[in-house]
Amino acid sequence: MRIAMLGFGSVGRGIAEAVSTKDLGLTITALADSRSAVIDADGIDIRDVLQRKRETGLCGDPAITADDVIGSGVYDVLVEVTPTNADSGEPALGYITRALASGKHVVTSNKGPIALRYDALMQQAASSNVQLRYEATVCGAIPLIQALEMGLAGNTINGLHGVFNGTCNYILTRMTDEGLSYSQALLEARELGYAEADPTYDVKGIDAAIKLVILANSIWGLNVSLKDVDITGIDSLTTDALALAEELDCTIRLIGEIIPEKRVLKVSPRILSKDHPLVVRDTLNAVTVETDMAGEVTLIGRGAGSRETASAIISDILFIRDCYVERT
Amino acid sequence: MKLEMKDKPGQLIAALKPISDVGGNIMAIIHQRDPAAAPGDTVDVQIMLEIPETKLESLVGTLKTQGVNVVRIGEERLLIRRSVILIGHIMHTDLTDTVDRIDSSGLAEVAELGMVMPAINEPSSAKITLKSASLGEMGRAIDLLRNVATEKDLLVIEPLEGYP
Ligand SMILES: NC(=O)c1ccc[n+]([C@@H]2O[C@H](COP(=O)([O-])OP(=O)(O)OC[C@H]3O[C@@H](n4cnc5c(N)ncnc54)[C@H](OP(=O)(O)O)[C@@H]3O)[C@@H](O)[C@H]2O)c1
Repeated sequence: MRIAMLGFGSVGRGIAEAVSTKDLGLTITALADSRSAVIDADGIDIRDVLQRKRETGLCGDPAITADDVIGSGVYDVLVEVTPTNADSGEPALGYITRALASGKHVVTSNKGPIALRYDALMQQAASSNVQLRYEATVCGAIPLIQALEMGLAGNTINGLHGVFNGTCNYILTRMTDEGLSYSQALLEARELGYAEADPTYDVKGIDAAIKLVILANSIWGLNVSLKDVDITGIDSLTTDALALAEELDCTIRLIGEIIPEKRVLKVSPRILSKDHPLVVRDTLNAVTVETDMAGEVTLIGRGAGSRETASAIISDILFIRDCYVERT
Repeated sequence: MKLEMKDKPGQLIAALKPISDVGGNIMAIIHQRDPAAAPGDTVDVQIMLEIPETKLESLVGTLKTQGVNVVRIGEERLLIRRSVILIGHIMHTDLTDTVDRIDSSGLAEVAELGMVMPAINEPSSAKITLKSASLGEMGRAIDLLRNVATEKDLLVIEPLEGYP
């Protein structure tokens, strides 16, 4: 199956590497970064492009654009992995809309468009008779959406809570283990590449809240936006507070929580018993889903990273291929 | 709770052991023997104990298999405990008032207070343990504490429901 990809950063390169080194039956026929693009209906030589990107910073020809890639028509699925804009969703929102309008399936890791326009995009996909999948937007490699849609089909989902931000989880782990101050732990997370230069989105709980918005709208159709989430970050936590929690045989984690029945949509630091399944270490993510038949189901795994996010994208692509493309 | 058991050696131990087995905390035992009772008659024993609400049913079951009858379970008050952590300028925003407002609400009592004093002007952290008679009242007491905290610009870190 042929894929066109917009974005050739950490996630895009992870996908390209997996496609070129594993026998997945996928071919990349078009690719764009912010300043160039390459289109080849016979399949792009990925090793070539990776090297060119490394050496020149461009993946292709500066005269070709992302829009040309979308309009090229030489693909079955558009993979959209450009940077997230949580306010406008652009340029990804426009890219996704155009691909759907031309009858192409879309797979994205981009939280912006999905959090802002879930209903409209899904309706558009349905009326074009194509799929829009977004597993990678929430909890990276954890197959959460797949589990909710397929694995737990037939269950009533009563709520969920979990650790949705690996950066915060890393900081809290280090503050607990080593007694580091918040700013020391943040500095360390930055040096290790776990935190962005501007860590505001992560540490203020906004990233976790965006993921809750996606889940609230997609699982329960709550039609909420970021302003509906009650958000408290970890940036005013003290090492003393973690030590006090320790006295209770507990610790503190940044927990995102949705309980539709009680209208709870909240991100906040919470006290949890140390042996609670959501008390995961370092950059891990974890989610507990509460269901009527299956009871509580907890999924734990890596919430970010080049290969890990590629894993979620590829599983969405293969799902589309196996269920929608090759069936016809 | 009030128990009824056979007046013979070893019976009291048989009643107490299951309590500690489920993690209960025995606070007092009142053992009244009727001087006129004949050997083999039953005696009444009152035990004051603290156990998690969820363990109560299995405890009553175990006691029964030991030949101990539970005559009455007193709905003792203030059995539910919840600890929260506060961060901010806790002293400067009148800690006594914060505690008073919980205590005087009739919803819960501040049972414990642990505080860490950091460097001057740095926010301090405190652990407050509340005791309440029911989950409903505890919930309202925590709502109240949350409001007081907002007013005083303190951060409240609450347990994830059901813990600790
Ligand atoms: N990294 C993770 O672990 C992770 C996990 C889950 C979700 N995500 C999401 O996945 C997406 C990609 O993340 P990333 O870490 O790969 O980001 P990244 O390393 O910053 O890469 C972004 C890529 O998009 C390209 N790009 C920027 N603007 C573009 C435009 N207008 N048109 C076409 N391409 C454009 C960039 O081009 P240049 O190369 O020319 O700069 C770059 O190749 C983001 O939305 C992110 O939130 C990431």
